[in-house]
Amino acid sequence: MNTVVAAVLQVAVLIAALALAVPFLGRYLAHIYTTEKHLRVEKVVYRVLRVDPDADQRWRSYALAVLGFSLVGILFLYLLARVQQWLPLSLGFDPFPSDGAWNTAVSFVTNTNWQWYSGEAAAGNLLQMAGLTVQNFVSAAVGMSVAAAFARGLARGRGNGRVGNFWADLVRTTLRVLLPISFVGALVLVGFGAIQNLRADLAMTTLDGGQQILTSGAIASQEVIKELGTNGGGPYNVNSAHPFENPTPFTNLLEIFLLLVIPFAMAWAFGLIVKDRRQGGAVLATMATLWLGAVGLLTWAEIAGPGTAPQLAGGAMEGKEARFGEAASALFASSTTGTSTGAVNAMHDSLTAPGGGIAMFNMMLGEVAPGGVGSGLYGMLMLAIVTVFLCGLMVGRTPEYLGKKIGQREIVLVALYILATPILVLVGAAVAVSFPAGPAGMLNSGAHGFSEALYAVTSAANNNGSAFGGLTAGTPFWNTLLGVLMLFGRFLPIVFVLGLAGRFATTQHLPAGAGTLPTHRPLFVVLLTGVALVVVGLTYVPALALGPIVESLS
Amino acid sequence: MNDIYALMRHSWAGLRVLIAATLLLGLGYPLLVTGVAQVAFPWQANGSLVTADGSRTTDPSEAAGSVLLGQVSDDSALFYPRPSAAGDGYDTMSTYGSNLGPEEPALIKAIKERKAEVAAREGVTADEVPADAVTASASGLDPHISPAYASLQVARVAEANGLPEAKVRELVEESTEGRTAGVLGEARVNVLLLNIAVKQAAH
Repeated sequence: MNTVVAAVLQVAVLIAALALAVPFLGRYLAHIYTTEKHLRVEKVVYRVLRVDPDADQRWRSYALAVLGFSLVGILFLYLLARVQQWLPLSLGFDPFPSDGAWNTAVSFVTNTNWQWYSGEAAAGNLLQMAGLTVQNFVSAAVGMSVAAAFARGLARGRGNGRVGNFWADLVRTTLRVLLPISFVGALVLVGFGAIQNLRADLAMTTLDGGQQILTSGAIASQEVIKELGTNGGGPYNVNSAHPFENPTPFTNLLEIFLLLVIPFAMAWAFGLIVKDRRQGGAVLATMATLWLGAVGLLTWAEIAGPGTAPQLAGGAMEGKEARFGEAASALFASSTTGTSTGAVNAMHDSLTAPGGGIAMFNMMLGEVAPGGVGSGLYGMLMLAIVTVFLCGLMVGRTPEYLGKKIGQREIVLVALYILATPILVLVGAAVAVSFPAGPAGMLNSGAHGFSEALYAVTSAANNNGSAFGGLTAGTPFWNTLLGVLMLFGRFLPIVFVLGLAGRFATTQHLPAGAGTLPTHRPLFVVLLTGVALVVVGLTYVPALALGPIVESLS
Repeated sequence: MNDIYALMRHSWAGLRVLIAATLLLGLGYPLLVTGVAQVAFPWQANGSLVTADGSRTTDPSEAAGSVLLGQVSDDSALFYPRPSAAGDGYDTMSTYGSNLGPEEPALIKAIKERKAEVAAREGVTADEVPADAVTASASGLDPHISPAYASLQVARVAEANGLPEAKVRELVEESTEGRTAGVLGEARVNVLLLNIAVKQAAH
C-alpha cells in the first residue's frame, strides 16, 4: 500500500477509536464531577485521611487545596530523589543533585515531566514507582479537577460562589478513571512486549559474543499512565521510542489513543456539566480541528522530508524507529505536543525543520489541541471567552458566555491567563540565550541550536515536557530556569482559572437575548480556531522566525 | 494570614492524601500489574528473550538477546542493524538518538560516509542504499531494518554462509512483518531473528 494512503488510514483508525470512546468516557466524567454520591471505598478513604469530601469549597479554598497538595508533592519527590541511594530497588544509582531533584520534583508535580536525566542510568525502580508514577496519576487528576471546578462554576446559577470539593475530585478522578484504565492498559502493553518486572539489570551475551545489559523495571505500569494522564515522563531516556515502552505499531497507536482520549472526553463532559451538549461539541470540534491540522502538516513535513540530511539519506528517518516510520512518528509527535504529554516516539530534534516548527507551534497554542487532561479544556474555554469578548467589542454588546456576563474583572483574569505563559516563554528564552550557560547546552549549531533553547522553554512553560533532546539540560542553569518556568507555567494559570470559576459561581445566569453570540454553531468554531491561531501567531512569530522558520527557508 | 493558615491546613491534608496515594499508586498498582503480568505474560514481561537457537526464554544468562532490542553486529556474515547513537552502539544503559538537526553538518557528513560504506560493503551504488541504513534510530536500540535494507544485504550474507540467495531471501521473508492490520507503522525485518535463522541454516 502507498505510504500516504496508509498514513491517512492510520489516522482514520485512530479517529474511529476516539469517536467510539469519547462520548462514553465523557458521560462518565460528567457523572463523577457532578454526583454527590461517594463509593464505599471512597468513604473509607475520606474517613481514614480525615478529609471532608462534602464541603462545597469557594474558589480560594479550592485553589489553596490544589497548591497545598502540590507543594507537599514537590517536597516529597525532592526528598525521594535526594535519598534514593538508601532506598530499596534503587539499582545502585546515586542521589540526584539538588538542582536536578528540584527540576524533577517540579516537573512531575506540574504534569510537565521534563526529564533532564536519563532514566535507565539515574532513576531506580522505587523512585520510578513510588515517586514518579504516583505524580503521573495525581498531577493529571489535579488538572482534571481544576477543569471540573471551572465547568461547575459556569454551570451553577445559584450565585453562592461554590465550585466543588478538591479532595473529592482528586480521589474520584484517580480511583474511578485513571487507575482502572491504567491497570487494563498496562496489561495490554505487557502482552505486546512492554516489560514489567522487578529484577536487577542483568547482562546477556549477544549473538556475536558481546555483552548487552537487559534493563528491568515496572515499565508498562508507568508507560500507560504517562500517556493517559498526558504526563510524558517515561522510565527510559528515549521515552516511547524505546522498544520496551512501545514495542509495536499497535502499542504505538494505543498510546496515542490514550494520550488523546481524556482531553477530548473532558470537552464532551463539559457540555454535559453545563447542560448543553452542543457547547461541549463546539469546544471539541475546535480542539479536533487544530489537532487534525497539526497532524496533517507534520505528517506531510516528515513524509516529504525537506532539508539537506533527509534528502541525502532518501527519507527523514534520522531519530525515527523502523517499526513506526515517518507517518506513525509524525502522528505521535503532533498528538504529544498538542496535548501536554511530551512523550516522544521519535527524536524531535531530528524532525524536519517545518516538522519541528509545527511541534513547537502546537505547544505555543497553550496546549489546547486538544491539550492536557484538564488544562486543555480550561485553556480552550479561556480562548472561548476571549472570542466572545472580541465579538462583543465588534457589535458593541456586553459579552457573555453560557449566560455569564464577561465584565471587566472577568476579562482581566482571562487576559492574565492568556499572557502568563507567553511571558514565561519569551522571557525564559531571552534569559536562556543571554547567559553563557544557556547556549553552552546546545548540541546543534546556528538556527537549530536556538530552536533547541526555544523548544525547551516553550515545553517547560506550557507543561509539555518533550524536548529537542540534543540540549544538555542537566546543568544547574537549565535545571533551575526550567523548574521556575514549569512551576509558574502550571500554577499561575490554575489560580486565574479558579479565580474566574469563583467569579462565575457568584453570578446568576442571564437569559440569552437577541444580541447573544451563539457559542455552539460552526461559525463559533471557526472564530475560536481563528482566535487561537491569531493569539499564538502574534505572540510567537518573531521567536519562531529566529529558529524553525529561518531553518526551513535555508 | 488566613490564607497562609489555610494553605498549611490543606498541605497537611495533602500530605495524608499523598501518603495514601504513594501506597496505592506507587506500590500497590505497579506490584499488582507486575504480579498479573508475570503470570499471564512471563516471556514478554521479562524482555522477550530468545536463545541462540531461537527458542524463547526468560533467563538472561541463556539468552542471546531480546527480540525487541537491536544489538551490535560486527559479523560480516550476518545482517547489519541500523546505525545507533546509544553509547558505542546499542547500549541499553545510554539510550539515545543522535538529536542532530536536518541541516547539521555533522549529520550530513555521517550520512555521506555511511552511504559510501554500505554501498561498498554490499557492492551497490550509493543511490540504492535506503534511508534507514544511513540514519540512527530514535532509541538507538531499533531491533528492525526496512525490507529494502535487508534485501540489499542478501547477496553478501548468502555468499558468506555458503547459502543460495533464494534461501536467504526466503529467511528474510519469514522475518518480515508488514504494516499491522495493513495500515499501522511500517513493514520491517527483525534483525536478531533473521540472523539466528541464517546461522541455523548455515549449520
